[in-house]
Amino acid sequence: MDKKYIKDYIARRVAQELKDGYVVNLGVGLPTLCTKYLPEGVKICIDAELGIVGQGATPYPGDDNYDPLNVVDAGGSPASVAYGGSFTDSATNFGLIRGGHVDAVVLGCMEVDEEGNLANWIIPGKSMAGMGGAMDLCNGAKEVIIAMAHTAKGNAKILKKCKLPLTAYHCVTDIITEMGVMKVVPGTGIVLKEYNPELGNAEEAVAAIQAVTEATLIVDPALKPMEGDLESLNV
Amino acid sequence: MSLNPKFITAEEAAALIEDGSSVMLSGFVGCGSALQVIDALSKTDVKGLRLIMNDSSKLNGPDGDEYYSWAKLIHNGQVDGYLGSHLGTNPEAQKMQAAGELNVDLVPQGSLAEMIRAGGYGLGCVVTPTGVDTLVEDSPFCLGRLEVEGKTYLMMKPVTADWAIVKGAKVDKLGNVWYKGTGRNFAPYMAAAAKHVIVEAVEVVEVGEILPEDVVTPGILVDYIVEVKK
Repeated sequence: MDKKYIKDYIARRVAQELKDGYVVNLGVGLPTLCTKYLPEGVKICIDAELGIVGQGATPYPGDDNYDPLNVVDAGGSPASVAYGGSFTDSATNFGLIRGGHVDAVVLGCMEVDEEGNLANWIIPGKSMAGMGGAMDLCNGAKEVIIAMAHTAKGNAKILKKCKLPLTAYHCVTDIITEMGVMKVVPGTGIVLKEYNPELGNAEEAVAAIQAVTEATLIVDPALKPMEGDLESLNV
Repeated sequence: MSLNPKFITAEEAAALIEDGSSVMLSGFVGCGSALQVIDALSKTDVKGLRLIMNDSSKLNGPDGDEYYSWAKLIHNGQVDGYLGSHLGTNPEAQKMQAAGELNVDLVPQGSLAEMIRAGGYGLGCVVTPTGVDTLVEDSPFCLGRLEVEGKTYLMMKPVTADWAIVKGAKVDKLGNVWYKGTGRNFAPYMAAAAKHVIVEAVEVVEVGEILPEDVVTPGILVDYIVEVKK
């Protein structure tokens, strides 16, 4: 797939998973694009773990609500609060997260595996980004949706078993990449539900996806192509 | 603790901090941090600071200023200890950590908030499911596991400090604080968890202008008020 479409293609598909009324926490980068593609009639409340329940549109310099000294998002970028939203302190917001009041978290990762474990905060001896809020979010959110490019420099990221130190264990529910849509079924493994039709027919697509996936994919009998063309993406 | 907080300048506030002090800094990637007091601190020769804050801030602030907020303290080599949840927003801090120039302890952000809260409010530990089966279990801040009704939790140590330097949007003359937006973040708990508290006030108001119901940090916790220079 042409690189310029990848993030939006994934984000559009992730947006289909978000139901009306969901409280959703979106990780930095690709996950934030989901808001562009919410299905008609679906309204969500965006949680930002540092202390916004109901994050609004991104403000820019000159806007009335551009106030980066006082209002930023969970990536530290200027943000706003939506109509009806609220600000909390960080302990309260993480209480909402751990307490099960967040329906879904969408985030990227370095590795994810057949048991629903994920790793995204440290490469020992190389780089330490930190877990930030990811460990709490993965423990607390009801659905943990991994939204990411299928491979990193051609290497598999969907593994039999994570090699990097974990962010959280047994928590991932969905994996959505530019190649396909997968569900992690506890005790079973990773079930491939949809494939990108650019990869060919179902059989060709499954082979192409499995070739860059270390985990053994279980093909859903109801396997179907992902919907939507590239032209309709708002890139 | 004080019923009559003292009004001092940012420079006077910075001069109170001694080498090797533990200092809690409110803020999230610099947002909601006491920019002027921290800037004044960066101009002193105080060293060996043990900072407790969420992250490493970032190299450029919203107005393009270099070494935003406490990134200055890290850049200057004034920081010995770093307890936070994240390092990745400031590549310089990541390099220093990798080179062994910055002692970094990371714990999950939600745990950090509660550890500070526990430190301020007299709790013996924080019991949280976050971090089970991860490197957090090896942290010096993790006291071990606890099973409660079949579920596994980690016990995380409370955290206290010599100083808290926080930013308030409105502060009345008795030190009652109201925070704005996400600027609140860790500040209310840091103000309780530190022996001495400095509040950088964007606006100083008369007592009563902040409704008693809207006071987030009671003035009894505040020792010093620094009114920002506009």
